Amino acid sequence: MGTAPKTAAPASGRAATKKELPEHFKAYKHVWVFIEQERGQVHPVSWELMGAGRKLADKLKVDLAAVVIGPEGEATQSAAAESFCYGADLVYMVADNLLADYRNESYTKALTDVVNTYKPEILLLGATTLGRDLAGSVATTLLTGLTADCTELDVDTDGSLAATRPTFGGSLLCTIYTLNYRPQMATVRPRVMPMPERVARPVGRIVSHPLGLVEDDIVTKVLSFLPDRDSAKSNLAYADVVVAGGLGLGSPENFQLVRQLATVIGAEYGCSRPLVQKGWVTSDRQIGQTGKTIRPKLYIAAGISGAIQHRVGVEGADLIVAINTDRNAPIFDFAHMGIVTDAIRLLPALTAAFRARLSPHSRDRIAS
Amino acid sequence: MHIVVCIKQVPDSAQIRVHPVTNTIMRQGVPTIINPYDLFALEAALELRDQFGGEVTVLTMGPPSAEDSLRKALTFGADRAVLLTDRFFAGADTLATTYALATAIRKISTEFGAPDLVFTGKQTIDGDTAQVGPGIAKRLGLLQLTYVAKISALDLEARTIDAERRSEGGVQLLRTRLPCLVTMLEATNQIRRGAMADALRAARAPIVKWSAQEAGVEDISKCGLRGSPTIVKRVFAPAARSEKAALIEVGEQPAEALIDAIFKRQPALETELAALARGY
Ligand SMILES: Cc1cc2nc3c(=O)[nH]c(=O)nc-3n(C[C@H](O)[C@H](O)[C@H](O)COP(=O)(O)OP(=O)(O)OC[C@H]3O[C@@H](n4cnc5c(N)ncnc54)[C@H](O)[C@@H]3O)c2cc1C
Ligand SMILES: Cc1cc2nc3c(=O)[nH]c(=O)nc-3n(C[C@H](O)[C@H](O)[C@H](O)COP(=O)(O)OP(=O)(O)OC[C@H]3O[C@@H](n4cnc5c(N)ncnc54)[C@H](O)[C@@H]3O)c2cc1C
Repeated sequence: MGTAPKTAAPASGRAATKKELPEHFKAYKHVWVFIEQERGQVHPVSWELMGAGRKLADKLKVDLAAVVIGPEGEATQSAAAESFCYGADLVYMVADNLLADYRNESYTKALTDVVNTYKPEILLLGATTLGRDLAGSVATTLLTGLTADCTELDVDTDGSLAATRPTFGGSLLCTIYTLNYRPQMATVRPRVMPMPERVARPVGRIVSHPLGLVEDDIVTKVLSFLPDRDSAKSNLAYADVVVAGGLGLGSPENFQLVRQLATVIGAEYGCSRPLVQKGWVTSDRQIGQTGKTIRPKLYIAAGISGAIQHRVGVEGADLIVAINTDRNAPIFDFAHMGIVTDAIRLLPALTAAFRARLSPHSRDRIAS
Repeated sequence: MHIVVCIKQVPDSAQIRVHPVTNTIMRQGVPTIINPYDLFALEAALELRDQFGGEVTVLTMGPPSAEDSLRKALTFGADRAVLLTDRFFAGADTLATTYALATAIRKISTEFGAPDLVFTGKQTIDGDTAQVGPGIAKRLGLLQLTYVAKISALDLEARTIDAERRSEGGVQLLRTRLPCLVTMLEATNQIRRGAMADALRAARAPIVKWSAQEAGVEDISKCGLRGSPTIVKRVFAPAARSEKAALIEVGEQPAEALIDAIFKRQPALETELAALARGY
């Protein structure tokens, strides 16, 4: 696929003639999700993947397993227990204190060993910094295919995983198969799949697997870990309400209007890519294909044209409201609601009107 | 010290167009550039060379025209350029790409000296998988440091490297052993302008060109399309949404009108926003 000559045309020759799955891969069964935990916290993308994995497993009529890797003790046990509440039929667990910090060597060994021992047909990981670091190493060790940043996962009529992902910055989508190798591996970015509902369920079957390493086997050492300051941490991807600004705002000073509105309605603020490139806003606030994917209940976009690379990051929002001076801007093709006006004037008015409307005082008035 | 930097020539994706009928990518006339993320890797490598001495070799796998990107890298000050080009490499997925690149790095190692460090970008702007760096490391048995924001120390005597690696909730300061592979994070440095002398040299410098066989590929079935476990079955444009945005009239009080329309469409939002707003 990759290099120039044949990207455009799908691999017709090979795709058309599906070869028989080699005998030694036929034992590969069941859908697995790698549960990512770092410093005692499960990354929400893991539960999102459990939701997607459950659907695949049901279609294939196989089990859904969670793979929990981490240090011995409370956090890892509770990650395993939670996995059942998000739909796991069983859990594979590698618990060892050498796994307290994420390190490529030890995690690659742990995950590769479990795969080689228990043989899943599908293995899903979050496309986070940890998940991508790990997935690339594991897939290469296993010499199998890995489809990156999928936006849709489905099972084909013949039982193969059909993994769809955006390419060329989101302007196209392609569906990728791993036909003759197992497991079929794929990564998915946070917030791309909806969060499934948590259903309280008892702890089920947990299969423990040893790590089989001593500290001296692991070359890389963690000298220290500097957690992001809370104030610096943006909760953009998981926010219920997001207000974002684009180049149409014209200046970094005008971007303050976005932040002010966000503060008043308890939203996170975000931006389009050019604002990051200009240094007006930090990169963790970028929304879109090469930034964060968001799924808020309300998304207000001011002075953003709605390029495809921006669109793919916001389409999961329940309600998209666009403010733009150009009634032909592409954002009106996918926004639910829009207003054709100058955002620099509307934003302060909107901030004031929301403040009045949402203040406890005005609510009392409504009640009485 | 010897550093190998892997760069990829990519279409300037801002200019990619999709054929409206066939949904295929129209590459004709689309200018190509060095993958922007790779410039951070190249600059990091050049800085280390300037500080510790040694050489920087740039390596790409691509069509013969990828020579342009290698020459560009030489103008920034790279010492040597290697182009891996062969029709057998066409259609490679990341697994087949890393097989070819790892084989070429072994050959570079015997021809020009074993690398202490291999650099790649974080990801490309076309395939955009971020899988090639870890894949090369695994194939060569190198330790890997991904998403590196800063190389804080390099000790060539002790053969150690310290680097700040971005993780989800913070920054890990890691120490590992050379040789190792580093994938560099974006916006961590600024590619230099390149000296006039380098520009002159780059125009005439010989480019090392290897076919699969010359690079030492032993099993051609591991290259290109044949060596790729994944296949693209279908390429298509995202579906257009049928519904257009409902436009709010800009009257006397557009802000109030917009808020009314929002709450009318999603009544539950009013209480939720009030609760969220109180949290501030
Ligand atoms: C590989 C690649 C990856 C990319 N990834 C991303 C990504 O992750 N996220 C992203 O956002 N972009 C991304 N982009 C960039 C994307 O293609 C667009 O260039 C970008 O989204 C445009 O930003 P914008 O809408 O702010 O600016 P513009 O496209 O310039 O739009 C500005 C808009 O503001 C309107 N406007 C002007 N004045 C006013 C006013 N006073 N009031 C209201 N409206 C006004 C204009 O009508 C226009 O619609 C990527 C591009 C590439 C090639
Ligand atoms: C539409 C599309 C979708 C694709 N999806 C997948 C997929 O899901 N899974 C898959 O396995 N393959 C996929 N591929 C194939 C993949 O793009 C190619 O294998 C490509 O050669 C390398 O992957 P990348 O562009 O994703 O590189 P990345 O892994 O994103 O690149 C990381 C770094 O590796 C280095 N590098 C990458 N390619 C080269 C090269 N040719 N020469 C020198 N250095 C290089 C660069 O330093 C780069 O910054 C896809 C290709 C296309 C065009």
